[in-house]
Amino acid sequence: MSDPVLATHGLMKSFGALVATDDVSIDLRPGEIHAIIGPNGAGKSTLISQISGGLASDAGRVEIMGQDVTALSTAARARAGLGRTFQISALAMEDTVFENVLLGVIGATAGAWAMFSPVARNRALAERAMAALDQVGLANAKDTRCADLSHGQRRQVEVAVALTLAPKAFVMDEPMAGLGAEGSKALTGFLDGLRSEAPILLVEHDMDAVFALADRISVLVNGQVIVTGTVAEIRSSDAVREAYLGAAP
Amino acid sequence: MIPERAINAAVICGLLAVPIWAVMADEIFTITLTTRAVILALAAVGLNIALGIGGLVSFGHAVFFGLGGYAMGILAFHAQTFTPLDLGLVSVNGTKSMPVIWVVATAVSALAAWVIGLLSLRTTGVYFIMITLAFGQMFFYFTISWSAYGGEDGMSIYVRNGFPGLNTLVPIQFFGLCFAALCLALLLQWRLRGSAFGLALNAARQTPERVETVGLNPMRLKLLAFVISGAITGLAGALFADLNRFVSPTMFSWQLSGELIILIIIGGVGRLMGPVIGAAIFVALEHWLGGLTDFWHVWLGAILLLIVLFGRGGVIGLLTGKAGPHV
Ligand SMILES: Nc1ncnc2c1ncn2[C@@H]1O[C@H](COP(=O)(O)OP(=O)(O)OP(=O)(O)O)[C@@H](O)[C@H]1O
Ligand SMILES: [Mg+2]
Repeated sequence: MSDPVLATHGLMKSFGALVATDDVSIDLRPGEIHAIIGPNGAGKSTLISQISGGLASDAGRVEIMGQDVTALSTAARARAGLGRTFQISALAMEDTVFENVLLGVIGATAGAWAMFSPVARNRALAERAMAALDQVGLANAKDTRCADLSHGQRRQVEVAVALTLAPKAFVMDEPMAGLGAEGSKALTGFLDGLRSEAPILLVEHDMDAVFALADRISVLVNGQVIVTGTVAEIRSSDAVREAYLGAAP
Repeated sequence: MIPERAINAAVICGLLAVPIWAVMADEIFTITLTTRAVILALAAVGLNIALGIGGLVSFGHAVFFGLGGYAMGILAFHAQTFTPLDLGLVSVNGTKSMPVIWVVATAVSALAAWVIGLLSLRTTGVYFIMITLAFGQMFFYFTISWSAYGGEDGMSIYVRNGFPGLNTLVPIQFFGLCFAALCLALLLQWRLRGSAFGLALNAARQTPERVETVGLNPMRLKLLAFVISGAITGLAGALFADLNRFVSPTMFSWQLSGELIILIIIGGVGRLMGPVIGAAIFVALEHWLGGLTDFWHVWLGAILLLIVLFGRGGVIGLLTGKAGPHV
């Protein structure tokens, strides 16, 4: 089996007495979509933040391409190849869609130390930003301020920014949330093709999307991975039905 | 609503027209007043880069204003007393050359901004305001007790420093220098705002997490902005000292830090010409109302209140009908 692009080993995080993630060891292999599902408050977003660097772990390790990145900052992990999207959109709301995506291009290429040349007129950077916007189907909203976007459109900008990073692994926290049936279907098709560019660790509540996309699914309950398996295995798992699927009608 | 560009052009033209009129009408004092407005505007342009784009509400920018002032004061003092300036390892002569003084003033301010930024940028919000205020007070009390350079009384520089090819004693010529410095700073801010750095800094103000996840370090962006900001305000301090031919600890006072913030709020936070409009209004009020009543600050406060209540984005926000960035 090929080496994982992304792996966690025994990640732990507590908030006071609450254990949000408890000994989580998962991996993401080339070309796959690995979905993380679990009830609200299971610790999915906490796990994502531990992987991407926003939250320091109490214990455990994170590896990208075999390199231990546990001690690295969020920015350094991004440069090491992590493309993360947020569950709650973290966009520069006063800025346009284009500017937000351009920020990703700046981070992925030259860096932000050019101080005198107008960045929006840099052809190469602008084209890369527009390509990402095209991919998520937001090209015609490029001059809209993010504050004026619908919730679903913001999710799309999130994905577009991650695309500009050309990461080695995508880590997406509920990209379908708020998209509506039509949007979810479109994004599902898009993510399906994206896995050939880089594997995706996908946190998602939309079960249709998860079952359509995932090569493997891990079920997180109370901070613990209770099972990891293929779609068929998860569907037929009694433990899962009991702990999770049974709870949600 | 008026486009912002038209406002910008009108402000620059107005700033030039007033002293030109004053020269023809032989109103020397008006030239001095306008020069004062230009220098305060320059100081506030510096602050606006940190505050307006980077969201860093520094309540200690008087530190840089004062450092620029004392850089001028100390160098000119040693020149006019023909005493060497002992720096420990080496001793250098003072100077009456503006270009040299400006380089020293901006370098010292930039260095101070770097140190203060490193120490205070890990805090945000009210804590950042308080810690920058504390730095300002530190310098203020230090200079009060620094008897070698006049202590509380400050020190007078008898003849304005020189600039090659100009007679800086002629008010309009000194105005020209200050005006050129302001234009350069405005040009810098304008280019900065449109650059990759400006875009990232502006994003770091709104959502630092986002900036991190694209691989950039928001702290470093803000630190650099703070350094540039401090350097510009330091240059303004050197010019201010030369305008008055006097430096004193009041250049480090928290009131001055507060006034710089107020100028920006009046004109429009983050707007290119915000500090300029703010400084013009401030100096005009200070002059007219200050002549009528000792309590002119109350009126200033009332104007500030109106602006905060009736429109984000200050005067420029009102004129353009567009609120400014949220700090
Ligand atoms: N910063 C924090 N401080 C304290 N408790 C927190 C913090 N962040 C998360 N928690 C708690 O940790 C638990 C896990 O939260 P998390 O956001 O990871 O869940 P989740 O699986 O992403 O849920 P959802 O499906 O609703 O997004 C929850 O009980 C939450 O209240
Ligand atoms: Mg979550």
